[in-house]
Formats: sequence, structure tokens, C-alpha cells
Amino acid sequence: MASVTLTVNGKQVTATVDPRTLLAQFLREHLHLTGTHVGCDTSQCGACVVHVNGRAIKSCTTLAVSCDGALVTTIEGIGTPDNLHPMQAAFRENHGLQCGFCTPGMIMSAIDIVNRRGNKLDEHTIREELEGNICRCTGYHNIVKAVAQGAAAMN
Amino acid sequence: MSAKTGVGASVLRKEDFRFITGKGQYTDDINRQDQAYAYFLRSPHAHANIKKLDVTAAKKAPGVLGVLTGDDLAADKIGGLICGWMIHNKDGSPMKAGAHPALAQGKVRYVGDHVAVVIADTYQQAKDAAEQIHVDYQVLPAVVDMNKAKGSPAIHDVAPDNVVYDWHLGDKAATDAAFAKAKHLTKIDLVNNRLIPNAVEPRAAIGDFDSGTGIYTLYTTSQNPHVARLVLSAFVGIAPEHKLRVIAPDVGGGFGSKIFIYAEETVCVWAAKKVGRPVKWTADRTEAFLSDAHGRDHISHAELALDDKGKILGLRVKTKANLGAYLSTFSSCVPTYLYAPLLSGQYDIPAIYAEVEGIYTTTAPVDAYRGAGRPEATFVVERLIEKAARETGTDPATFRRKNFVKSFPHQTPVIMAYDTGNYTASLDLALEMADYKNFAKRKKDSAKNGKLRGIGFSAYIEACGIAPSAAVGSLGAGVGLWESAEIRVNPVGTVEVLTGSHSHGQGHETTFAQLVADRLGIDIEAVSVVHGDTDKVQFGMGTYGSRSGAVGMSAIVKAVDKVIAKGKKVAAYALEAAEKDIQFKDGRFSVAGTDKSLAFGEVALQAYIAHKFNGQDLEPGLKEGAFYDPTNFTFPSGVHICEVEIDPETGVTDIVKWTAVDDFGNVINPMIVEGQVHGGIAQGVGQALLEGAHYNADGQLVTASYMDYTMPRADDLPSFNVGMTNTPCTTNPLGIKGCGEAGAIAAPPAVINAITDAVGHEDVPMPATPYAVWQACQKGARKLAAE
Amino acid sequence: MYAFNYHAPKTVRQAASLLAKNTDGKVLAGGQTLLPTMKQRLASPSALIDLGHAEGMSGIEQKGRNIVIGAMTRHVEVSTSAIVKNAIPGLAALAEGIGDGAVRNRGTIGGSLANNDPAADYPSAALALNATIITNKRKISADEFFQGMFSTALEEGEIIVKVSFPIPSKAAYEKFPNPASRYALVGVFVAKKGSDVRVAVTGAGSNGVFRSKECEAALSSRFNARALDGVKVSASGLNADMHASADYRAHLIPVMAKRAVEKATAK
Repeated sequence: MASVTLTVNGKQVTATVDPRTLLAQFLREHLHLTGTHVGCDTSQCGACVVHVNGRAIKSCTTLAVSCDGALVTTIEGIGTPDNLHPMQAAFRENHGLQCGFCTPGMIMSAIDIVNRRGNKLDEHTIREELEGNICRCTGYHNIVKAVAQGAAAMN
Repeated sequence: MSAKTGVGASVLRKEDFRFITGKGQYTDDINRQDQAYAYFLRSPHAHANIKKLDVTAAKKAPGVLGVLTGDDLAADKIGGLICGWMIHNKDGSPMKAGAHPALAQGKVRYVGDHVAVVIADTYQQAKDAAEQIHVDYQVLPAVVDMNKAKGSPAIHDVAPDNVVYDWHLGDKAATDAAFAKAKHLTKIDLVNNRLIPNAVEPRAAIGDFDSGTGIYTLYTTSQNPHVARLVLSAFVGIAPEHKLRVIAPDVGGGFGSKIFIYAEETVCVWAAKKVGRPVKWTADRTEAFLSDAHGRDHISHAELALDDKGKILGLRVKTKANLGAYLSTFSSCVPTYLYAPLLSGQYDIPAIYAEVEGIYTTTAPVDAYRGAGRPEATFVVERLIEKAARETGTDPATFRRKNFVKSFPHQTPVIMAYDTGNYTASLDLALEMADYKNFAKRKKDSAKNGKLRGIGFSAYIEACGIAPSAAVGSLGAGVGLWESAEIRVNPVGTVEVLTGSHSHGQGHETTFAQLVADRLGIDIEAVSVVHGDTDKVQFGMGTYGSRSGAVGMSAIVKAVDKVIAKGKKVAAYALEAAEKDIQFKDGRFSVAGTDKSLAFGEVALQAYIAHKFNGQDLEPGLKEGAFYDPTNFTFPSGVHICEVEIDPETGVTDIVKWTAVDDFGNVINPMIVEGQVHGGIAQGVGQALLEGAHYNADGQLVTASYMDYTMPRADDLPSFNVGMTNTPCTTNPLGIKGCGEAGAIAAPPAVINAITDAVGHEDVPMPATPYAVWQACQKGARKLAAE
Repeated sequence: MYAFNYHAPKTVRQAASLLAKNTDGKVLAGGQTLLPTMKQRLASPSALIDLGHAEGMSGIEQKGRNIVIGAMTRHVEVSTSAIVKNAIPGLAALAEGIGDGAVRNRGTIGGSLANNDPAADYPSAALALNATIITNKRKISADEFFQGMFSTALEEGEIIVKVSFPIPSKAAYEKFPNPASRYALVGVFVAKKGSDVRVAVTGAGSNGVFRSKECEAALSSRFNARALDGVKVSASGLNADMHASADYRAHLIPVMAKRAVEKATAK
């Protein structure tokens, strides 16, 4: 067992975990933050994307213990139904989700794209940058629109 | 009732708030007190007899609560999984269906087949213990190639030649006669590639047993929880229906793959009582690849007979359909009744004859996947039509126009009676949106840059609104395919809509609320939709086959009409008027010719307080239910046009323009409908360009992860231009046809017709990967050089 | 995953001593390949020595005519580094094309080189740029470092600390991705430094990254995309799988090389 201390959505948590606990598991099973999803085993679908120290990472491919001391932000930490993050609002306004399963990872990746590439994103850039997030429902059409609108609104 | 939320408005979705804030509740998000975890030991072999299965060591491993096998199922008299549709052979004899135990009983039949389950305190412990199960396999030859299945070792004793059925539809003699008159024959051989559905939420199940009440609860990723309960009760024998509750909470996509009743949920709910703890299982992605029912997988030869003016005289099709190692829940009807009746497409074809052989192979079961039979039919028809147009030197749009069905209703020679449509209108709009008239110039411009440009059409039809119960019963279905709804009006006038449809991305919480609010003239926020729980909703057939609008909402409308009728009775008492004088409009019950009226909510209150009428004359309360059984299928149709540019140096195909024009009849929420079109096209493009399940000769699934199975990603796809035409359906109260599968049906032939147009020959397989298209370019170049 | 002991050394020296003590142990860098492999139970190290907290292993600097990159430097740092973009833009572009945004935020150059996945991108850059791999024990030239698929010159207890890339006069990378995994089906890195032209190919070879003698010969006389017209690469020794035959890979090598040269010689 190993000890890990994280600040998750602004709240400090310390836990003793089996070192093989993935960050995704830690968030879902220990902290009951089930907005972070797991959709594959090979680090490709992106449903598990969260921010660690401000950068998007795949929490299914990161050990919780490796993040000791880090600031973690999950989908639950960026907005609430009454006070949505601009990217969350853009996903809703553009019908950028259907079943909703990929959506938390999609939104966390989208915010990271804006952090890295700025507020003015063209369609080509958005499509390339979404390489690490798989959606089976929307055909991406409305996700691309949502990311562009959310990016502009984050300005 | 504001126009902003009424029928026909693009109302933003009510359910989104929980999904975008991480508050959705999917099956794996649910944890039961003291739950244990299941791990399934799966067969590493495609085909083997189990000589010995020793679980002794595994049972003693740390944390293990139980190790269960097929023998335990048999001892508990738990039945096998069923196939719900009986297909008959040409000679009238029934299909040959082998047993399908939830855990292997003496034999495994595909890689991933369920050998045993380990239940332990933690998932890791269960997995560790499974490594200590000793299985002595007598490996048998894999049967992977459908063309070699006959003569290979029998997978099921009941089907010694591995043929499940040899079925046909249509008039063979009339078709032969039509071909005898033909001036031109177009022939084509096609492979419809095998797909793996890949909803991003993997399947999951939690079985729970309450020893105090004797009630089992199953939380599961299902598109149709009531059907799951019916099968698990009546056929598998877990518990009678009143002792089994099935809950399908938020479900992360289905596309067909979550219709079926699988081994894993069966075992979890059964094992919960055996180990005395709730049992949870969540598939990892590789398990999903191995064990979710796959889709498509046909080999077809088709021929079209034309007269000297290019009019179609007849069509004949011979298809082999891979059904995998076991018959999954609806597998048998997909390549038969959901396929051959669509072979008339949008065309007036006087004679059609189709033969279908269903084949057992040592691969995962194959069942309905978005479109289910209709994409396969459309691929045959639209590839054949395109080729016929090319062979006769006719513009593909003109060729289609000439052969379209133009008067309705239209009876095809293969069961279906199209109620309405206007195929020319969709084609005209699509041609305009695609700027077809300037295509030749664009092709020239591409050529200047060393690129090959092509354009491809797909004029599809599908049969939705599944289905009139008596009709499908006569064709072999084990259930009726009506839908139910209940409208519960609360005393203050808010409304709960209980529906047997199930939403796993389709936005029913919004669309259904929109419809009910519009009909009752109340605020959309006063309506909530309840689904996915057999304890709450009395019964339902679930969501698949684009049926929730045409059938599910028709049931809702029927129940709403009953609520309004009852409301009129209540209002008559409350307003001291005759019932015949009560009118209901814009959310108010009023007395004709007076200014006396009550709002819907006021009437609801009167119904519950029951002060103004005698409970013997009129029952208190305001709650009505309805079952709606459709009278016909619905027939959405449309024209999609795909334009591609190919880099012959690498074989990369770039979709430069996508035009979709669909006729879905009336539309409740255009935003949601367009979203369904987008998603369908993406899956269809996936089939055409990217996706293909590949088993090697030993029956190992090579494409068992996203490292080898190509999922469509954002940069594989363009934005889509979506247009609509409307000929309202004439056979349901809303005029709705259904939209969920259209894109997946339309897209594959549009893409392949575009690529074959670009490379100049017909020999392009699906998926048309860069490697495949590069080879096709080489062949095209050789062909050009030879000419 | 199988159980393992976890260590988070603060220095390279501590890491090396932990590695010496845990002979079945493995070094965890970004974990983007190792963790998925362990999740599938295809690797079962008894211990993981996580370099994520070790000091002095990350960073990018220019030292004379070399760009020196710490082993734990994440792909995102290489792709966005002003130093790299200025000195070897092709290397920054390569890093920008590895995996996806979230993978680049985590994956490291040292991890990629030590793993030597036959379809990874970095090995082609290291080989074409004639990089030097600096470990806690010695310096290894790229020509000696890559020893076939998943195999390197690293000895037991040896940890990559830095990689030094000589600054070329022209360089670029062009990747043809596997449609599913997006790893390189064929990736070609071309580099010219003085009269020395090196062309390294990843993804195609059944024994990992290699130099294309055919392309190098053509480009040595004239570093121009046209020089590659008509160049044929032999398919022998190339990978063949469901995504691409050896012939197709052989065809793509000069095509990608040509496109890389066009990039390298643009502007």
C-alpha cells in the first residue's frame, strides 16, 4: 500500500491505496466522482480525461500515486447546472452530446485545447485536437461547433 | 405553451445538465452495499471441447466467494439464452438453433466464450483467482470463413453442416421470367464487412438479491429492460417477473448491442443469490470487442435485369449471413425479415427473389447493429444501381429518377407496402445542395493537383416503427412489437410520462416532454419522463429500430388523448356544464360559448380532490395508460451524396462534401433529429472507410482493441450538410417515420460509389482503408493503361 | 495489473540503486505505454520506480550546437519549446504528432526511446539526427542505441537521463499513421547536417527503426524532393499486417521521405 495526497476540485484528500490504483479508479471508487468515465483499456477513447496540474491527462493511464501532491480537476469541479463552465454550456447549446458518456472527457479535453491553442479555433484544428476523444453518437459535427463556441466564450 | 418549446422546435435537452456536469448515473457508477465483483474466464480458443474444468484452486484463492460453471447453471435449472425469432427454411422446416448456455457446458465456440465466473471481494482478486482455473481443452478446428463452413466440423450438433437456415423471399418463377426478358444484366459480388458496435460505455451489470423479500434486482446497460426481464423470467428462469426488477439507468450508447440478453447479466443476477452479495461486472474494452454482439457480415451476389430503356425488370440476390457461434436474441431476423423486404429500395421493381443462408461460425454472435439488415440491403441495392447506371452510360441520378416508385401506396414484391414518399423531391434537393452540376469542374481541378475525385449516391429506404404485432407474429417473432405509455398527472398539474421506450442518447426526456407539453398546453418544465425501470413502467418493448418516435410517441399521444377526455369529464362537473360543451385548447378546459374555463392544472386538482363530482359516477384521479400497436412499418427515405478526393500516392480518401436529404415525415425536435443523422452517417462512414472486425484463420479476433479496430475520430469526418423533405407518415397519429438509423443505412454505398467513381472500377472493398484504396488506385491505373 | 511495489525516488542516483535492488523492477516514466501493457497483464514488474518526482531530469536547453532534452521532458514541452522550434522545428513537429493532447501531456522522450516501440516516432528523430543518448553511466550514439524491436543498448540498472540532438541544417518528419492506433505505419525523419544526410524510418521495419540507404543515397547528391523520384525501397524485412502489406509500406517510405524533404526545404 502507498499513501497519496491530492487536491481534487479544490479539496485536499489523503488516502492509502494499492499502488496499482489508477487515477480514474481513485476518483470513481474512493472519491465517488463518477463523472470521470472509463471507456477503453488502451488510452484512446478519452472518456477518462481530467486535468492534473492544469493539463489534460488520461486518468486511466496514470497511477494515483504518481500524482502525489498534484492538483486534480474533474468534470465535477468546473461547473454546476446553475453555474455552468462556458464549455459545458456550449456543449448543451450545440447539442454536442447524446448519450453523455464521452462528454466529461470531451469537455475536459476541449478546455485543455483552449488552454493550449487559444480562443479562436478553426474546424480543422478542433478536429485534429480531438484525436484522443472518441464519441460514437454525435458524428462529432456538433461537438466541433460546441468546442468552437466554448473556446470563444472562454475568452 | 410557448412556440419555443412546442412540437417542431429545436428545444435544448433537459437531460444534458446531468451529463455535462458529471452527474449522469450509468450502471458502473452504481455501487451496492457490500458488493462483490465478477470476472469471467473466457475461452482462448475458437472451438474446443472442455475435457476437464478444475476450479478447486481458484475457489481457495484470497477473497473468492464463489467460482461458478455451466454445471452449476444446470444444477440450478437455469436455462440457456434464447433467440426470439423463428425462421423457417425454404422447405418449411424450422431453423436449427443450438443451445446457448450462459456458461459453457462441455464446449466453447468462440474466443471470448464464457467458461466460468469467479466472484470475489475485489475485481483484482477475481481476476487473479481465474488464473488458477485449470481447463483441459481439446482444440477443434476454427470455422471462420462462411464459404468453408459447410464441411467443417459441426459447431452445434443440431446443425451438422453449420447452416442455421436456408431461407428465401419473393417469387422465384416471376423473377426468372423477368430475367429471361432482360436486355441488360448487371451483376455484383459484395462483402458487407463485419462491425463491432463499440458504444463508448462498455456493458455492465449488477445483480442484487434481497433475501427478505425474495426479489432480485438487476442494474444493466440495456436498451429494453422489460424484454430483459421477460427473457430472464420466462425463458432463463431466474425468477418470476414479479420477483425480478430490471433497471437500465443512464445508458452510454447502444446502437443495437444493448438490446440483447447476454451471459454476463444473467450470471450476475443468478450469482447474487448464490454468493449472498450483490455482484458487479463491468466489461473492459477488449471484453466488449470479444463478447458484444457484432453486426453485418454478409457475402452477397446480386443481379439486376434491365429492359432496353434502362427500366428495372427484376432483382435477385443470394446472401450468406454470418450469425456467429450462437443465435443472439434477435439475430435470426436481421438477415431475413429486416433485410430482404428492403431490397426493393426506392425503386419500382416488378419481381424480386432473395435467398439467405444463415451460417454458424466460431466467432462472436452477430445481431442487430444500427440499421440491422437495412444497411446490408441498401448496400446491395445502391451499389448495384450505381453499377447499372455506369454500365448503361446513364447519369446515376437520372437512372434512379427513372426507376423511382412514384405513386403511393406502393406494394413491393417483398412484403412491404410503402404508404407515402416523394423520392424525386429528396433527390432534387440533394443534387442542388451538393452542387452536382459543377462536379465535373471540381473533378478536373482535383486532377490538376494529382488527386482523384469521385461522387457517389445513395437513395435509401428503411422500414422503421417496428412493428405491427400480428404481422411480425406471422413472420416468426416471439413477441408483439407495440409500445406502452402512461400519463400520470399530479394534483398540481405536473405530469410524469412513463414510457416503455428507453433513451440511451436519443433525448427522449426532451422530445417526449415537448410532445406532451405541447398537447396539454403546459410548460415543458412541468413534464418529466420516466423510463428504464420495470418497477415504474408497467411494460415496454424498448428502443431500437427507430421505433421510439413512431411507436413510443404514438402510445404517449394515445394516453394523452385519454387524459384530455377524462379531463373534460372532470371539467364538466367543475364548471357545471355538459361534457359535450367542454373544449380543450391551449391548456384550458372551457365551456363553449362562455367565458368559463379552468386551466389544465386546476382540472387536475379537481380530479384529485373529487369534491365536485360523485366518485361513483366518475373515478377520481387523472392517470391514463395506452398500448399502441402500429398498423404498418414506416418508411423513412432519402438521398445522400458523398464527394471524395483521393490521394493516389497514399490511398487516403478525404470526404470533401457530404449531403444528406432525409424524409422522416413530421419532426418533433429538428436539433435532435439532425444529431441522429450526423451520428448515423459517422457510423456508416466508419463502416465504409475505417471499421472491420477481423478474425484470423485460428478464430482469434485480431481487432480486439482500439489499437487495431479503427473507430471514426473527429479528424476522419467532415461536417455534414443536412436537409429535409417531408411526406408525413399516413399510418400513425403523429406522421412520424423515424430517424435513428438513416445515416448508417445511407452512408456506406454513398462512400463506395464515390470511391469507385474516382478510381474508375468497381473493385473497392469495405472498409476502404488507405491500403485498400491504394491497391484500387494501382488497379485503376493498370486498367487505364490497358485501355 | 499484477501487484507491484511503488518507489518514487528523488534523484537519478536513488532510482538507479532501487533499480539495482529490484531486478524485476521497471522504470516508470510517462507510463503511456507501460501502464496499458501492465493493465493487460502483459508485463508484471515486481516494482515500479517512478521517475516523475526525480530532480533534474526534465528540461530543454541549447548547449552549443546541440539541443539537450531531459529524459522526463514531456512531449508537450518539446512540441511547444521555443528553443526546439527554432533549432530543430522538425523535432517539435514530431512531438506535436505523438499520440493525442492528453498523451503528450504525460509521455516523455526518455520513456519513448527506452521502450523503442517499432512504431514510435522519437526513435526516427534520434537516429536521423544522430543523437546521443546520455544515461546515468555513459553516452550512447543513436546508431548503437537502437538494437531492434523493443530492444536497446541500455544495460540493467541503466537509466536515460538526457538526449542530445546536434542541430541539423535541415530536418523534418512525415508520418503516415496507422488508421486505428495512430502510431506510425510509416514515419520518415530526414535530416541534413553539412553533407551528411540521414533518413530514418519507423513503423515499417520488422526490427524497429532503421536508416533507408536508398533514400539517403538519393538525397546525398541533392537534398531535394525531386531527388527521390523513382527511388524504390525494398519490401524485404518490412512489416506486414492487416493494415498494410510490406509492399505498401515500402511504397510509402519514399513518398513520406519526399514529403518530409519538401517540408524541410520549404521557406
